[in-house]
Amino acid sequence: MAADAEVAVRTSEASHLRIAARVRDVASRRETLLNLVRKELKVKYAQSVLGAIWSLLNPIVFLAVFSFVMRITNNQFRDYPVYLLSGLLAWNLCSVSLTTGARSVIDNGNLVKKVAFPREILPLSAIGVALVDFVLQSAVLFLFIPASGHGFHLLELSVYPLAFLTLIVFTTAMTLWLAALNVRYRDIQHLLNLGLLVWFWFTPIVYSGYLVKDVLTRHPVLGVNLWNVFLGNPLTPIVMGFQRALYAVVRPIGSPKPVLPDVSLPWLAGVLAIVLVASLAFLRLTWGTFFRLSGDFAEEL
Amino acid sequence: MTAAIEVADVSKKFRLFRERPTSVKQRLLSARSRAEDFWALRNVSFDVLEGTSLGLIGQNGSGKTTLLKIVAGILRPTSGVVRQRGRMAALLELGAGFHPELTGRENVYLNASFLGLSRRETDRAYDAIVEFAGLEEFMDNQAKFYSSGMLVRLGFAVAVHVDPEVLLIDEVLAVGDEAFQAKCLERIRRFQREGRTIVLVTHALDTVRAICDRAVMLHQGRVHALGSPDDVVREMRYLLLGQVDEGFVPEEGTREAEIEAVDLVYPNGSTEGPLVRDDPFTIQVDVRTNEPVDDLDVDFEILDGATNHPVLDGRASRAGVTIGRFDGKRRVRFHVSSFPYTAGKYWITIGLSSRETGRLYHVQTQRYLLEVIEVPRVQERVDVPVTIEVEDL
Ligand SMILES: Nc1ncnc2c1ncn2[C@@H]1O[C@H](COP(=O)(O)OP(=O)(O)OP(=O)(O)O)[C@@H](O)[C@H]1O
Ligand SMILES: [Mg+2]
Repeated sequence: MAADAEVAVRTSEASHLRIAARVRDVASRRETLLNLVRKELKVKYAQSVLGAIWSLLNPIVFLAVFSFVMRITNNQFRDYPVYLLSGLLAWNLCSVSLTTGARSVIDNGNLVKKVAFPREILPLSAIGVALVDFVLQSAVLFLFIPASGHGFHLLELSVYPLAFLTLIVFTTAMTLWLAALNVRYRDIQHLLNLGLLVWFWFTPIVYSGYLVKDVLTRHPVLGVNLWNVFLGNPLTPIVMGFQRALYAVVRPIGSPKPVLPDVSLPWLAGVLAIVLVASLAFLRLTWGTFFRLSGDFAEEL
Repeated sequence: MTAAIEVADVSKKFRLFRERPTSVKQRLLSARSRAEDFWALRNVSFDVLEGTSLGLIGQNGSGKTTLLKIVAGILRPTSGVVRQRGRMAALLELGAGFHPELTGRENVYLNASFLGLSRRETDRAYDAIVEFAGLEEFMDNQAKFYSSGMLVRLGFAVAVHVDPEVLLIDEVLAVGDEAFQAKCLERIRRFQREGRTIVLVTHALDTVRAICDRAVMLHQGRVHALGSPDDVVREMRYLLLGQVDEGFVPEEGTREAEIEAVDLVYPNGSTEGPLVRDDPFTIQVDVRTNEPVDDLDVDFEILDGATNHPVLDGRASRAGVTIGRFDGKRRVRFHVSSFPYTAGKYWITIGLSSRETGRLYHVQTQRYLLEVIEVPRVQERVDVPVTIEVEDL
């Protein structure tokens, strides 16, 4: 053994989180992370004949049903399935990560009590699983968009990476936070389900973002434009980013009103950038909380 | 030599809740009232030098697992410091992460990654792991079709293929049949030869004596004994046999008469062992009285250190020997004509008592060590009946 071998020091103090060192720690255990994701996927589709195809079937059925319904009801909302799915997939990535991530430490209690590894791996693996579904389902959507005749708009598509990155950072920050708190306060997960329900309807996913912007801007409350408050929900600009990237057209030809909020692309990108920076700061904060609390996970479970 | 593990003044406090508050409401309600402090470890200090093996023993609940978890970084100490050098693996459980839906192969990779093996290292060790577990045909079956014995074998096979400089083992060797345990021990010996540092928690005291360089005994969270395995195991046995709560009682009795000295006299006349198997020896007990005694009786008992079973005993009164009334000193010799038991360590208990009332004057429990060795010798011809049978094929 080398004399200068690394010395691990364990004290009562929760050591201060040094991001770079911690990222290295987690990265050095990435195989554990990948194995866990693989395990979760296996278990999820165990004994199902179609396996991962179920993941693909979900959006396919969605697209088929909504295309059909929209056609027979002769709805004014053009290419509604594309609009719906571009926002919904992003939402699902976040909400599934949060629900499974919040439980991840508790569900793996036996591992936490018996094995030493960076605890972040557990919520991260929950995100990983949701991400796999997201990628598969997005692939369906990406095929559907040109196939349905809606088509891609390259300029708008360029905002996709920014929206995706922001979504991932925000989701990770929230998931770490909830996972850590849930160990101590188990009612977090029940609260979360309720919260997500409300959150979902306060995010323009199934309804048109323009509609909200229009109504809220025309009816200020006490001189406050509530649209700005509405944008305070970080998922709103994120979902708007995905919709702008994939649905792309603010006002489809033949529509009486815009579908997407009539904001310029640079403005949207700017808001997303702000949300990204804020999410990074939030991530730093929640990671610190997670790290501090994770020293006691084995005891609390 | 440097220490691979330094445990310095480590204490660990658990908060015991009658019912663990797991919700906000409960936590607010039970803010102070319900929690009790429980010290699982108190001011524990010791070092483990590089390349040595330490046995960690103690009764159930004495804090062994807690200590191991602190060294492994799973639990944080309440106070004190642990410093640990070199790559470490902690085996607190076999097959950590095993999932019934995964195949044997997938479980191996998952479990190995939890123990800190990279994919490439697992690839390299994979064949050896499968062979060690003896599960070649089953690796592509889901683990839910494995028997529990197969799961244990697989978990252990992965565990022994980790490649750490420091290895912490908590009772995982206690599982499995005898052949399997022998295989485990053989592995540990190999780890030792390779110069790895090992901390072994076990209830098998003889394993500790057989393979550890040093031992620590915990009792109610404190270091109760620390030193050579023989000494520490002996203290542990005092405690186990005496079933005393506070500390151990190596000696007891009313002390009208006392054991002043005990010597083992070997065939060559010396008092230095070891004894060769089947040879005679003498237990020589010097007795001193503190007041005149009328009816002294002396006895001894020899316990097999490997199994903790008594193998031989003797008592003056039973042999018809009367020591009689005396005041002062006397020497009693038990001549054991042959000691036919296998090589190993044996512990001798000496007792002085009243022949009539049974009152214990002085007892020293398992105080004296008799070490027996075996020397190869020419085998004698003996008559063993042999039967012969012929049959048509
Ligand atoms: N998470 C915990 N919360 C509260 N008390 C705990 C916790 N973990 C262990 N204890 C207590 O600490 C004491 C020491 O436990 P530990 O598991 O270290 O004992 P041990 O020496 O390993 O025993 P055994 O031989 O049975 O394995 C026990 O009384 C146990 O109840
Ligand atoms: Mg234990």
